[in-house]
Amino acid sequence: MAEIVRPIPEITPELRPFFEASKNGQLVVQKCNGCGALRFPPRRLCANCLSRESSWTPVSGEGEVYSFIIMHRVYHPAFATQVPYAVATIKLKEGVRMLSNVIGIDPHAIRCGMPVRVCFEKLNDEVNLPMFRPAADAA
Amino acid sequence: MSLRGKTAIAGLGITKMGKNYAHSNALGFATEALELALADAGLLRSDLDGVLVNPGLTWGSDVMASYTLQQAMGIRNVRLTATTNLGGASAAALVMHAAMAIDAGMASTVACLFADAPLKPPRPNAKGTGGGAAYGFARGLDAAYGLYGANSGYAMVAQRHMHVYGTTSDQLGAIAVAERKWANLNPMAEFHREPLTIEDYRNSRWVAEPLHLYDCCLVSNGAVCVIVTSAERARDLKKPPVYILGMGQGHPGDDPVETLSSGAPMAKQTAFKMAGVELKDIDVVEFYDCYTITVLITLEDYGFCAKGEGGPFVADGRIGPGGSLPVNTGGGQLSAYYMWGMTPLSEGVIQIRGEGGARQVPKHDLCVVSGNGGVLWTHSTLVLGASA
Repeated sequence: MAEIVRPIPEITPELRPFFEASKNGQLVVQKCNGCGALRFPPRRLCANCLSRESSWTPVSGEGEVYSFIIMHRVYHPAFATQVPYAVATIKLKEGVRMLSNVIGIDPHAIRCGMPVRVCFEKLNDEVNLPMFRPAADAA
Repeated sequence: MSLRGKTAIAGLGITKMGKNYAHSNALGFATEALELALADAGLLRSDLDGVLVNPGLTWGSDVMASYTLQQAMGIRNVRLTATTNLGGASAAALVMHAAMAIDAGMASTVACLFADAPLKPPRPNAKGTGGGAAYGFARGLDAAYGLYGANSGYAMVAQRHMHVYGTTSDQLGAIAVAERKWANLNPMAEFHREPLTIEDYRNSRWVAEPLHLYDCCLVSNGAVCVIVTSAERARDLKKPPVYILGMGQGHPGDDPVETLSSGAPMAKQTAFKMAGVELKDIDVVEFYDCYTITVLITLEDYGFCAKGEGGPFVADGRIGPGGSLPVNTGGGQLSAYYMWGMTPLSEGVIQIRGEGGARQVPKHDLCVVSGNGGVLWTHSTLVLGASA
């Protein structure tokens, strides 16, 4: 592994439950207590029903690649050894979409609609970053 | 009570574009473009009573850009001012605000302006001019996932469009090639002297795959100013009036990665209804083109072809010089200059006036101009005409 790690996301108060769950290998998203809509990244206000009450709920971690791009340019030194790599919008089975990486596959073999499953990469003691692998690779 | 033809664009000022370091900041370019526009119209600064500004990225903490410009230019007794940001949809929106204010009697002659200076002069040992850096920021989870740059959002849209409708890279390339051909006819274009073939396009580096380098707009220093006044007054000024026949906006609030659509259908409906025109009446098309995919989706959204058929529609070169539908006749932001919504608007003014030189389209009575901001989030439409 390269010495330079990817940028560590700040554990903001809003994202803390997400990273706490990730540490235990659990993917969670925010759930509106008003209408039940799932959302990620977290927000104070539900754009669907305007409720300010929310909680965090576990999701299956199964979904599909909704869209993706392949990055070739190195904007941060940590990615110098990673390019080309895939950044994807993942549509979870539960319907909510989230940004992530798809790993464990040649990025050029990725297709929209491809089934994927969550996995985690440990960046440090606090951050286990959720990523996705092809679901065909039975975990 | 329609605003159709009640106001007109009477002045246009365009600074030298691109790696232009004549000024050290956006305000400097703004003052130059404003002076050029006044001279073009045959007006004095004392004739202005409105200043509307869409600041680019580098106005920084100057949240009162329009007033800063008024001060810098020593303009007195302004009756209408605003600093506005709808991203690339701003320029057309400024013109709308100007037209509405003029019709309401709140102002008579309004300067609408965009300026930016993201490029820095090359220094020894420095790589590039900073254009990428200006648009290549990321924070939080985006940075952790390696998602950098303004290109990624449109790349996601393009990939999804390819998946859903079978759009190909070569079809996007056809847009880049067509616009470059127009730029080769435009002495103001940054790529005026550089031809582009589909092979060049295919061989250009990936910026964010599926977007090649030539799918992406330029980054430019410079400023553009248009002066809006009443149609009556415009008829007495130096240049032929460019009448504002229709205006509209549309901001759906959906996720364009899902809808693969912009706010154009809404904006077009309002603008075309006001103008009393249909798509078949349009002679020349100036569409916002931050990326090739933006042009393709905008063509679909205005109804030049059905949703999903933008790829085959552009593939045969019909939008280039000599084609049946002239689109982005100055080379657009892909090949001429990146002045956000002022790029399509300025070329629309030039074409309606008949000042296009080698790139002038033969019939230029009606032009549709689009503006687009964010990742297909905001949209504005103007219908410009040679007669009211």
